[in-house]
Amino acid sequence: MSVQSQAWTGRSIERVEDAALLTGLGRYIDDLGVPSGTLHAAILRSPHPHAKIEAVRAAAAAALPGVAAVITGDDIVRLTTSLPVGVRASIKCWPMAVDRVRYVGEPVAVVVAVDRYVAEDALDLIEVGYRLLAAIVDPRAALEPEAPRLHESLDSNIASERCFRYGDPEAAFAKAAHRIGIDVHYPRNSCTPLETYGVVASYSPGEDAYDILSGFQGPFSIHSVIARALKVPGNRLRLRTPPDSGGSFGIKQGVFPYLVLMGVASRVAGRPVKWVEDRLEHLTGSVSATNRATRIEAAVDADGRVRALAWDQIEDVGAHIRAPEPATLYRMHGNLTGAYDVRHVAVRNRVVVTNKTPTGLNRGFGGPQVYYALERLMQRIALELKLDPLEVIRRNLVPSKAFPYRTATGALLDSGNYQQALEVAARDGGLAELRARRDAARREGKLYGIGFAAVVEPSVSNMGYITTALTPEERAKAGPKNGAQATATISIDPLGTVSAHIASVPQGQGHRTVLAQVIADQLGLKPADIFVVAEMDTARDAWSIASGNYSSRFAAAVCGAAHIAAARLRAKLARIAAAQLNVSAEEIEFAGGKVQARGNPDNALAFARLAATSHWAPGALPSDVDQAFRETAFWTPPELTAPTESDEVNSSLCHGFIFDICGLEVDRVTGAVRIDKYVTMHDCGRVLHPGMVAGQITGGFAHALGAALYEEYAYAPDGSFLAGTFADYLVPTCMEVPAPLILHIETPSPFTPLGAKGVGEGNCMSTPVCVANAVADALGIADIDLPLTPAKLAATLQRVEPPPPPRAVAAALPAGKGRALHGAGEARVAAAPEAVWSALLDTRVLASIIPGCHDVEQVSATHFRADVTLGVGPVKGRYRAEVKLEDLVPPQSATLIGSAVGALGSAVGKGSVRLSGDDVGGTVISYEYDAEIGGKAAAVGGRLLDGAARIVIRQFFEALARRVAGTAAPAWRLWLDRLLARFRGRP
Amino acid sequence: MKPPPFDYVRAATLAEAHAVLATEGTDARIIAGGQTLVPMLSMRLARPRVLIDIMRLPELATIEESAGSIHVGAGVRQAELLAWPDLASRQPLLAAALPWVGHAQTRSRGTVCGSVAHADPSAEIPLVLVALGGSIVLSTRRRQRTVAAEQFFIGSLSTDRRDEELIAAVLFPCAPPEHGYAFREFGRRHGDFAVTACAALVTPERVRLAVGGVADRPVAREWGALAGSALDDALNEFAYDLDARDDLHATARFRRDLVRQLGREVIMEARRCLA
Amino acid sequence: MPRLSATSRHAVSFVLNGRSTTADAEPRMLLTDFLRHVLGLTGTHVGCEHGVCGACTIHIDGQPARACLTLAVQVDGASVRTIEDLAPEPGRLSVLQAAFRRHHALQCGFCTPGMLMSLDAYLAANPEPDEAELRKYLSGHLCRCTGYVPIVAAALDAAKRLREDTANA
Repeated sequence: MSVQSQAWTGRSIERVEDAALLTGLGRYIDDLGVPSGTLHAAILRSPHPHAKIEAVRAAAAAALPGVAAVITGDDIVRLTTSLPVGVRASIKCWPMAVDRVRYVGEPVAVVVAVDRYVAEDALDLIEVGYRLLAAIVDPRAALEPEAPRLHESLDSNIASERCFRYGDPEAAFAKAAHRIGIDVHYPRNSCTPLETYGVVASYSPGEDAYDILSGFQGPFSIHSVIARALKVPGNRLRLRTPPDSGGSFGIKQGVFPYLVLMGVASRVAGRPVKWVEDRLEHLTGSVSATNRATRIEAAVDADGRVRALAWDQIEDVGAHIRAPEPATLYRMHGNLTGAYDVRHVAVRNRVVVTNKTPTGLNRGFGGPQVYYALERLMQRIALELKLDPLEVIRRNLVPSKAFPYRTATGALLDSGNYQQALEVAARDGGLAELRARRDAARREGKLYGIGFAAVVEPSVSNMGYITTALTPEERAKAGPKNGAQATATISIDPLGTVSAHIASVPQGQGHRTVLAQVIADQLGLKPADIFVVAEMDTARDAWSIASGNYSSRFAAAVCGAAHIAAARLRAKLARIAAAQLNVSAEEIEFAGGKVQARGNPDNALAFARLAATSHWAPGALPSDVDQAFRETAFWTPPELTAPTESDEVNSSLCHGFIFDICGLEVDRVTGAVRIDKYVTMHDCGRVLHPGMVAGQITGGFAHALGAALYEEYAYAPDGSFLAGTFADYLVPTCMEVPAPLILHIETPSPFTPLGAKGVGEGNCMSTPVCVANAVADALGIADIDLPLTPAKLAATLQRVEPPPPPRAVAAALPAGKGRALHGAGEARVAAAPEAVWSALLDTRVLASIIPGCHDVEQVSATHFRADVTLGVGPVKGRYRAEVKLEDLVPPQSATLIGSAVGALGSAVGKGSVRLSGDDVGGTVISYEYDAEIGGKAAAVGGRLLDGAARIVIRQFFEALARRVAGTAAPAWRLWLDRLLARFRGRP
Repeated sequence: MKPPPFDYVRAATLAEAHAVLATEGTDARIIAGGQTLVPMLSMRLARPRVLIDIMRLPELATIEESAGSIHVGAGVRQAELLAWPDLASRQPLLAAALPWVGHAQTRSRGTVCGSVAHADPSAEIPLVLVALGGSIVLSTRRRQRTVAAEQFFIGSLSTDRRDEELIAAVLFPCAPPEHGYAFREFGRRHGDFAVTACAALVTPERVRLAVGGVADRPVAREWGALAGSALDDALNEFAYDLDARDDLHATARFRRDLVRQLGREVIMEARRCLA
Repeated sequence: MPRLSATSRHAVSFVLNGRSTTADAEPRMLLTDFLRHVLGLTGTHVGCEHGVCGACTIHIDGQPARACLTLAVQVDGASVRTIEDLAPEPGRLSVLQAAFRRHHALQCGFCTPGMLMSLDAYLAANPEPDEAELRKYLSGHLCRCTGYVPIVAAALDAAKRLREDTANA
């Protein structure tokens, strides 16, 4: 049997990680012991999207027994510098609010206490004085000259703007038969892992050094960002990761500001500090994908051939441009022509700040936003030119003989055969049958559609691509940035067994297993013989700025580096063996745990015995071998060069290809989407572990389906955050995720040591737009934005709603600005309007009728302040309320303007009250109100707010009626009973 | 996300539970399964001074059929009611709706009465209770009263329960001899809060439809044996009367559409079941 | 009548993985924190603390339940079983655990203990599950890595093997 046929690489062996994880013995960050004396942190977060901080009163919190320290923006300014920003903009970026909050969920104070429970008790005692500012949420609106501005140091909300031109796009557009364009808005979503962020930080004053353990996933370029922010040299910042991670998908890159924050907390508290983010914090305050508004146009020949593309992208990075942003925008810069052979491209990129949470890495990173525009455009071209969408895709693909192919914007597509992939996908994916199914379904009157998406999946990012955001002059000044250094260390202990240390920071992908396969193949061992250490320690490991788990770099780069290190070790061991076995090194074979002379298995040494030689008998080594017990390989591909002077950039090393086909049905009544069939064809180069590749594809598909149909980090137009729990941020369950049919072709990458390419992110790029194309096909509509919710799709069916019956409640309430509440009601009081009027203006009366009122202070004749405790069911909170009366027309009408601010959130509202006498000497009070609710209440309880507000307001008028009439308000009861009777249909 | 401090009383007798309620009033909350209350505590939306655990009281842990009703005590978990052998025969509408309550992993702890006490406008159990014209038994140290479900639910998270009262039981009327029923719900995902849920109960002469998830509480309406466009008109009027609102998951218009369409479907299904 | 004061810790006595256990907790302590940080059983994971994700699912009196929706004081007198008790012995996996490993039904493994505890209870009560029912049941758990396909396959495979084991026994 030859060594080749025994290769472990390429087989779906069971994972070495699993035994521990299946038995509850995983070692995630919150499972690890901490140094004794470690304190626990909790973070007070802004309930407002935009406000000036006038005061943070923390004395009561600091005095609570068990509290060690309260950290505020002042401490941050004192002990850190602003986080470095990747663009040339005069903008400060702190890990916590400093005198201004710019998004709901922005940290405002940190409490450090004996445990998390006490720390949260103390948060309740901190009072923050906010002066509310207008917020901006929509990235297009953020460009308006009169839009509220987030950063006073900037003269607009644009943090970066660049225009690019490749080929001759103007000429191509002038010549083309058609100019076809679309506008799309890609929403915010997050692949949110099940494990949230965690940090254990400790500061050593003696050495002025920080030691920080966290689930940070890299890239370790961020190490420099953190060290600078903490004002220590790089060698005084030790970053470590725990052995296991509960998933990341890019999101745990975004933990880094908390590393700074907890470092400071530890320094102030003088003890190690641990913080584990909770889910509400995570959904509100951790990073997500960027939302993006894109206009894309194509110059198209009559036959559907695309000659030029013009991109106008407005990237919304949230309130701060946080490292590595605007990377989401530039990661795809080399790939703006997708899978197509288009030589002329114009690009305008604007990066705007808005009152939303700062963005960061998220699976697919930039791909979903680009392909949503590009592949929707390809479908639109087919539609407008009455061509088959598949044919339009096929006509434009990069020719199979053109590889390696340099795109107009600078990417070097390493390998591929897109035509073959399409053909196999159509054949093995049963496209003909799917089309027949669509025709049959449509004959039955069903809304059935088929969508396609062709996607080039970049992997192994060029660390220099982000500098494309700078002008060539700025780049020249800063010095070149490029490459993608991968490292791997393989070592042999005195008993001759093999360990590997890698800086890939796995987040559940099974790196340890695949590395064991790759190394075992080189050394003739079994994967079980190799022990892979994957936790990272910047103080001890070989690492570079490119280390970490992102841009699907593991298979291509990290496995490649491990392969090289193993091969080097093997070559050295072969020389030692050759000397001992009296053959040439070329004749040495490694197999079955033995090192032997080719063709003579009897002339052999046990691997362990040979491998231990460098420890026990270094003097016995051949003169050309220094040692053979530790090899560290560094690998960076020469293809990843810095951006050129004309802004061409090979933004990634490898380019996989995906072609997806989706058949689905939209329910005519509910608008719900049922995926009938999903085919996903992948070319990810050489497959190292088929089971894990399938896992990456299926998992990415589930994430993408979530983005397509369910998930959105939704903000109200006023900046309130609306998806603060898993009841509102809807992650698909196994009921929503069908099994995709996965197909493969293999064109190995010529640029990677093992021929592998990345595979983890592709479906996040292809699936959302493929599903949208299928939905557009089903509904026959031109424009559609994600997520494709039933209500949104049902609205496109353009059914005419039956009119309301004459006596029913008015249906069309005016559209609100925020998480708006509207209401109207009526109450009857057995007292004359004059009596009601004077009651409304009487402090003592108000104090007795405002629900839960403790104390009313009359600021002026028409301005009141009150402390109130409001409760609906078990939900109860204390608020500081202000009420002003305007437009007084005694005793008929008045306008009430009010606000309430408390731990559960804030509300501002306006109402009108009208008093009219009835025929029995009483008064009919009619009222109408509009209110907007923000903070925790909006984020976690939006669904229940309308009803709650109605109840509180009803309580107020019930009390008014009781007070004025001096009775238990029988009139009110009568009215309620009549209402209920009407509902029962028995008047 | 940790609860604020509170005392905890594990009531050994019903009198003890009543006594604490009588003294603490609005600052006390009953905890049974805790499936809704505990997350509200963890989010610090609720801040009771004391929790009263009633799960050790045998007199509250029973399911009984008497006087034409299924009597479900406050200690009965949703999974226990679902597993009650007579459920499908005595009250098929309840049997149809219960699997839609949360997930198996929460029904194992969550109680039937707890869902009623919480009064979520989208919840299935309150909806069924209103659909069936059921009632709620409230008790204090001194007295007991029974409130019709339609009067009990006042609004979102709000009920007619007074501070010193606890829900001792809920009564689901057993299915009458000649009737048809159907239940349907539309949510964004399986197990989500309903965007709209409809429960229908029909006899040859009457149609009763209850709707959850649209108004701020479950609401029922009853008609004669309507059909065709008269039924459409009635459903349309009902849909508008429910005063639907927009939220993150659905528009008011979408909810009205669902009331009209799902409403019609459940009524038709209930009629088929009657036939 | 015992009233456990908010500010002190109180003994909670229960059976944990077959052993009588007593430890102290404030009334407000969540069972997740009690198991993980007081008793050191960190296999029960915390993903959302509001009962949606299912990562903290354990058995209470034989039924699958969310530890994050339970106060420690509520399990006084109860029997609790966690992921640490699922394998037949150290170094060996149960049929269900082995099926998860074979089918690559886990990646990061964070949701896995909850999934396993749920499925262990389900398969005991439903030895012949059909896929539709199984999926409905599993919808009480979120997984962000696998796309669920291998989890469903592993559960069905485990059910089959358990039936075979029973038939052979």
